[in-house]
Amino acid sequence: MTDTPALSHANIRPGRIITWTLLFIGGLIMISPLLFMFSTSLKTADQVYDLRLIPAAPTLANYISVLADGRFMRWFLNSMFVAVTVTISNCFFDSLVGYTLAKFEFRGRYFIFIAILSTLMIPTEMLVIPWYLMSSQLGWLDSYWGIMFPGMMTAFGTFLMKQFFETVPNDFIEAARVDGLNEFQIWWKVAMPLVTPALSALAIFTFLGNWTAFFWPLIVTTSKELYTLPVGLSSFAVEQSIQWEMIMTGAAIATLPTLIVFLVLQRYIVRGVMLAGLKG
Amino acid sequence: MATIELTKLIKRYGKVEAVKGIDLSIADGEFVVFVGPSGCGKSTTLRMIAGLEEISDGTLKIGDEVVNEREPKQRNIAMVFQNYAIYPHMTVRQNIGFGLYTSKLDKAEKNRRIEDAGRILGLEALLDRRPAALSGGQRQRVAIGRAMVRDPSAFLFDEPLSNLDAQLRSQMRIEIKRLHQRLKTTTVYVTHDQVEAMTMADRIVVMKDGHILQVGTPTELYESPVDVFTARFIGSPSMNLLPGRKNDATVSVASGGDILIGVRPHDLIVRATASDDKTALSLTGTVTAVEPLGPETLVHLDIDGTAVIATARDKFVPAVDTTLTCTAAPGNLYIFDAQTEKLLSRS
Repeated sequence: MTDTPALSHANIRPGRIITWTLLFIGGLIMISPLLFMFSTSLKTADQVYDLRLIPAAPTLANYISVLADGRFMRWFLNSMFVAVTVTISNCFFDSLVGYTLAKFEFRGRYFIFIAILSTLMIPTEMLVIPWYLMSSQLGWLDSYWGIMFPGMMTAFGTFLMKQFFETVPNDFIEAARVDGLNEFQIWWKVAMPLVTPALSALAIFTFLGNWTAFFWPLIVTTSKELYTLPVGLSSFAVEQSIQWEMIMTGAAIATLPTLIVFLVLQRYIVRGVMLAGLKG
Repeated sequence: MATIELTKLIKRYGKVEAVKGIDLSIADGEFVVFVGPSGCGKSTTLRMIAGLEEISDGTLKIGDEVVNEREPKQRNIAMVFQNYAIYPHMTVRQNIGFGLYTSKLDKAEKNRRIEDAGRILGLEALLDRRPAALSGGQRQRVAIGRAMVRDPSAFLFDEPLSNLDAQLRSQMRIEIKRLHQRLKTTTVYVTHDQVEAMTMADRIVVMKDGHILQVGTPTELYESPVDVFTARFIGSPSMNLLPGRKNDATVSVASGGDILIGVRPHDLIVRATASDDKTALSLTGTVTAVEPLGPETLVHLDIDGTAVIATARDKFVPAVDTTLTCTAAPGNLYIFDAQTEKLLSRS
């Protein structure tokens, strides 16, 4: 029989202490803007520059004014519509293309995959001008379609789904083929349910990315009714004197859907990130 | 039910011919087993019958119809895969019913067929479970159920038992055989396990390097193999082969001879006491290992550098390192040409 050594302070190595301290400081740095955002949203205008984390006289008045302002709800719904539509579109088209690249043998398959993948190397800032020209020529400026079209299908999503579909055994697909299903039915009824984790991860990434998107919606929209939430919130800062407490309140409300999405589906996010890394 | 006819069937992958022009007629209701080592073309042939591989050349007929250009679904065949291919996101009932997904039968008839398949395969109590909650044998039964409900012209099995343990495999062998006797549907079964082939087949097709070497009943193949490959592939343990020479009516072991003498381990007998029985071959060697199997013992002998397996009966278990003589009775020797490896005669 062997004795298990008792845990003691002597067993805690100095390296561990340094690691934990660094992680704690890093965590604090990352969470502090969020804490100040919530704190400011509970302050009155004259308390904004009082940098105490816990307000002297917390109030929900800002929340009431923001929610009572019709523009905020409009921007919130615009963002929701854009993010949900783009997410559904991504899940559909990225999966379809990913499945085709993973499971069908055809001439040029590898070339198409590389071409799709290579677009990942182009920064969004470089694509904005071509997108704008395209929108302008097609009459999509200042429209929902104009906001959404660049993200309706992404190279990242296609890559992620392709890697997942490659793990689906061919026997499943061939069995369905023998059972008489056509290729679209096989994709929908057999392959898609087998890649639910990847699909969830893709949905989460796409939703979060579009919910917080600022640059492209700012450029493509001019009507305030079409603003998404990030663009609308920024307009609080430029159109009047800067109302930080209102901006922070709006931002705090805007954070809620992303927090809910993260808390409900965080295991899929972690799994999706892990697998996207491993399969790459 | 249907006949299946393969005429000069060829499968090419680029310049490589995986199946090299095979001819075979499978009768209505027959249970045919394709057997051979990995890469011999047996699974490719099955997949061509299923429509999962394009036929490069030759003709495939199911019933009276040439089906070369037909999609799998148009061939009315059902296939059971090595990895079961049952869907983890569906219950047993949904998996079995999936075979009828595109069928135009009404819901009541579909349910009746699912229930019937469940009853025949002993899955009634498991119909609402998911595959993750089933054992390997139960999963394979679900896969068979999915094939059964379609009432196909032919069943195709691609090494369906190779993922099961030995005990379950032997149990499932009997179940599949019983199912065939009950349904009498034409069945093509692929395996690399000669025991499966021997115990299940009406006829066995032995394949090697894309060719059919021999077609026959299990007894025909065991008793009259056409060449060394079939002789050694069929029967367990494999047939012993020794170089030899033919002297008029008798044969003798001799290195560099022009024949190969084949004798099955069960016909090469080691006795505890001397016998006056007439022998066609007598070999003396050192015991290197013994495998007691209960009623008999397999005795591994070293005969002048050649490893030979013999059988000791009547619970006689020889000691390792002893020198023993084993004998084969007349009629139990297979004489092969040393060059062509074809069977010349029995002796």
